[in-house]
Amino acid sequence: MPEPASPFDDLAQQHEAAQLGMWAFLATEILFFGVLFTGYTVMRLLWPDAFVAGSRHTDLPLGAIETGVLLTSSFTAAWALQAVKRSRPREAGWLLLFTATMGVAFLGIHGAEYRHDYLSGVIPGIRYDEVGDNAPREALFFVLYYVTTGFHALHVLIGVVLLCILARLAFRGDFLPENHAPLEVGTLYWHLVDIVWIFVFPLYYQVGRA
Amino acid sequence: MKTQAWAFVALLALLLLSVWLAELRLGALNVVASLAIAAAKAGIVVMVFMNLRQGHPSTRLALVCGLAWVGIMMALTLGDFLSRVSVAAH
Repeated sequence: MPEPASPFDDLAQQHEAAQLGMWAFLATEILFFGVLFTGYTVMRLLWPDAFVAGSRHTDLPLGAIETGVLLTSSFTAAWALQAVKRSRPREAGWLLLFTATMGVAFLGIHGAEYRHDYLSGVIPGIRYDEVGDNAPREALFFVLYYVTTGFHALHVLIGVVLLCILARLAFRGDFLPENHAPLEVGTLYWHLVDIVWIFVFPLYYQVGRA
Repeated sequence: MKTQAWAFVALLALLLLSVWLAELRLGALNVVASLAIAAAKAGIVVMVFMNLRQGHPSTRLALVCGLAWVGIMMALTLGDFLSRVSVAAH
């Protein structure tokens, strides 16, 4: 039976502390992305037409695929946690590797989107070929789009590294059914990254498609 | 595990529904529908995948705090911004 670390009385208490610490961090993440979504709300209310025009440059089918990829990765991350709880650490290790692969696939698809954006000249400050009265306002849509998706992609990248470390720990047999706090908090982080994208998808890809 | 699998199926169904609805002409309802679907998806992830119900009550408090502060930020920002527009129009 593993011993709890100081200053905890028992493993259950240590586990609760780890969970609460992660949820407190996730609350700050909600605020971080919340600021970007608040800015989005104000600017979209100011210039709805510019946001429709900007959103039409994003790739709706690719955005839907990216959403599907991240939803799948969230499912396999949750599955990995269940596997550890049922004393199947190797199954969890493979599931975590699969989850990380989904994260890499997401980054690959999104990188392809950025490349396409560059070629069609919709990156303000780098290559921006939009013309007309609405072009400066549309640029604001794109700036918000790149800041939000850029920071989200950074979170995915960090998540992929974490998932690989967790997979290694799982294969090494570090996770026991009654003691697996790193896996629990690591997967919590991954789910939050998924949730941020769940809101990015309708706000940046689905505007004015009808 | 069964619960997680059903949650995954529901998430994919909601994704397809949102893609389908996005291309229908619903006017202002397009925004409402897409955000309602996003909120439903986030709720499933939080409740089923993140085990919010089984965790210690303090974890729920942390989540509520995060959401409440975003709510305050949105409310005050929009209160300022929307009232400014109406005053300028007079």
